[in-house]
Amino acid sequence: SKTTKEFTDKIDTLISGYGKIDEAFYDELEEILITADLGFDITMELIESLREKVKEVKTDDPHQVKVLLKELIINILSTGNRELQVEPPPAVVLVVGVNGVGKTTTIGKLAHYFKQQHKEVMLAAGDTFRAGAIDQLEVWGQRNQVPVIRHQEGSDPAAVIFDAIHSAKARNCEILICDTAGRLHNKKNLMNELGKIFRVVDREYPEARKEVLLVLDATTGQNALQQAKVFGEVAQLTGIVLTKLDGTAKGGIVLAITKSMGTPVKMIGVGEQLEDLQPFDPSSFAEALLGDTNETRIADDIKI
Amino acid sequence: MIFEGLSEKLQNTLSKLKSKGKLTEKDVKEAMREVKLALLEADVNFKVVKDFIKRVSDRAVGDEVMESLTPGQHVIKIVNEELTALMGSSQSKLTFSSKPPTIYMMVGLQGSGKTTTCGKLAKHLKKQQKSPLLVACDIYRPAAIQQLKTVGGQVDVPVFSMGDGTSPVHISKAAVEHANRQGLDTVIIDTAGRLHIDELLMEELQQIKAAVKPQEILLVVDSMTGQDAVNVAEQFHEQIGIDGVILTKLDGDTRGGAALSVRAVTQKPIKFAGIGEKIDEFEPFHPDRMASRILGMGDMLSLIEKA
Ligand SMILES: Nc1nc2c(ncn2[C@@H]2O[C@H](COP(=O)(O)OP(=O)(O)OP(=O)(O)O)[C@@H](O)[C@H]2O)c(=O)[nH]1
Ligand SMILES: Nc1nc2c(ncn2[C@@H]2O[C@H](COP(=O)(O)OP(=O)(O)OP(=O)(O)O)[C@@H](O)[C@H]2O)c(=O)[nH]1
Ligand SMILES: [Mg+2]
Ligand SMILES: [Mg+2]
Repeated sequence: SKTTKEFTDKIDTLISGYGKIDEAFYDELEEILITADLGFDITMELIESLREKVKEVKTDDPHQVKVLLKELIINILSTGNRELQVEPPPAVVLVVGVNGVGKTTTIGKLAHYFKQQHKEVMLAAGDTFRAGAIDQLEVWGQRNQVPVIRHQEGSDPAAVIFDAIHSAKARNCEILICDTAGRLHNKKNLMNELGKIFRVVDREYPEARKEVLLVLDATTGQNALQQAKVFGEVAQLTGIVLTKLDGTAKGGIVLAITKSMGTPVKMIGVGEQLEDLQPFDPSSFAEALLGDTNETRIADDIKI
Repeated sequence: MIFEGLSEKLQNTLSKLKSKGKLTEKDVKEAMREVKLALLEADVNFKVVKDFIKRVSDRAVGDEVMESLTPGQHVIKIVNEELTALMGSSQSKLTFSSKPPTIYMMVGLQGSGKTTTCGKLAKHLKKQQKSPLLVACDIYRPAAIQQLKTVGGQVDVPVFSMGDGTSPVHISKAAVEHANRQGLDTVIIDTAGRLHIDELLMEELQQIKAAVKPQEILLVVDSMTGQDAVNVAEQFHEQIGIDGVILTKLDGDTRGGAALSVRAVTQKPIKFAGIGEKIDEFEPFHPDRMASRILGMGDMLSLIEKA
């Protein structure tokens, strides 16, 4: 459509408009990176490193400059281990994040992802707060034909997780995925509640491998960095799931996060259906960030 | 925290300006760089920032300032004036239809807070002696109807639903008839979250609009939204036509620059703010407070007041 077109090949238009590299070229690069939500600091650092690289390799070909920039971005995004650590079983996956980012939906997709690998999965309805949250997870459980451990709305989430762990042990379940209520990172009491859940997991399930996934909405701007920092203080985050990449937002804030915290992006969400979850690929992400192909949306670029 | 550092730097630059007797173009440029940074850090869209800085700079290097006895203070005043002009200065109220029921329709991206806000708005209207009906038109998201029913129960407001097997256009029409029969004077339609580039679902909104002619279509926007806020707002406004905005999750620590972006591209007022998950954590939106939140400096305002 017309709209999607506008966000397209920004960088290619830029490149074709430039015979060689000058200040205006860098200015426009800066604009592309900032509008992709990278944030000012990282954008400036990237441009600086790029200038150095350009000098080093003595190029004035805009196409090559783009390749250099892409390499710099891939470099940052390639930190850490991007594999979900669920082998050998048992494993527990805790899913956390602020309100409405896509935690519950991601759990539904993860269950599908693991089931495709012929793993035994169970879900725990650890969001006992939000209206309809338990029923929502129940629907995802049915879609995947996996059991969902639930208590009543308003009950203690740590107790749900406790029950789920014992149930997982009894049934020899390989992967237990726990939903948690959305919470803003600046709410002390809610973050403490999360701490309690983690303690239950550590105490009751020491033998399990742990994945603690922070779900971030690609539409979110600079605040995502703060989210990652504060959730990272309460929990040993092992990875990030970046959702809603099927929209026009680029999710560039993950660069600042992986750079400063080293937490890798492991999976991306590209829609609302079961199969709309994919392993994160730094190269396609960088490509989409710079709007390389004629497809504008990162999701389209990344779809394998 | 980065934000605090940044606003401190901005304050320093601006107060340096304040104490200057005579300004050079370079002074103004330096100050504008800090303002630009602060706005970008607050997630105000790049283009909106660029336009803003240009307007302020043009005025700041113009005669108006050069002839002022306190040019530094004058620049600060201009920043504030332009920011307030962008944000809108007065609080904007909800409108009512002369022929009840008054219909409001919530639209927006996935997870922005529509369903929760429906409940909050219903409660707000009940306090004004209205009798609202909540309408469950999200037939896609798992348990969306159940969520609205629970929310309706919390505020003691009836919820109209026809399950997830009937089209939202049909549901909304039937709901309005139901409200008429029951003598309910307000109808609040909850719609499914959707992407602004989803042509089918955007068309569905157009059809609901054509079918029930809502008094107001309210775009629900997450205050943590980044640069993309302009695309979202622009597309919803272009394709559906919105009458106002509700900004949610302002109880977080985001600066909320999306508010400026949305305002700049739609020219529509932000009417309410969501300030928590609970049903009564909802209030009329104050544009002036938002302006100072975005720049992260209540103190700057007092600087200006002294100017
Ligand atoms: N387009 C798109 N929508 C998504 C994606 N992931 C989740 N959603 C939608 O985002 C909305 C919120 O998703 P949830 O899974 O309920 O989010 P949550 O984080 O569990 O929300 P809370 O529990 O309320 O904090 C739903 O409408 C989902 O369908 C995605 O990758 N793309
Ligand atoms: N902290 C906070 N959370 C909010 C606010 N408004 C909504 N939420 C939360 O945000 C999440 C999403 O809210 P919903 O009302 O389900 O959003 P929605 O737009 O209806 O979502 P979809 O129907 O999936 O598109 C829930 O966890 C809400 O409790 C707010 O003002 N502050
Ligand atoms: Mg959830
Ligand atoms: Mg909803």
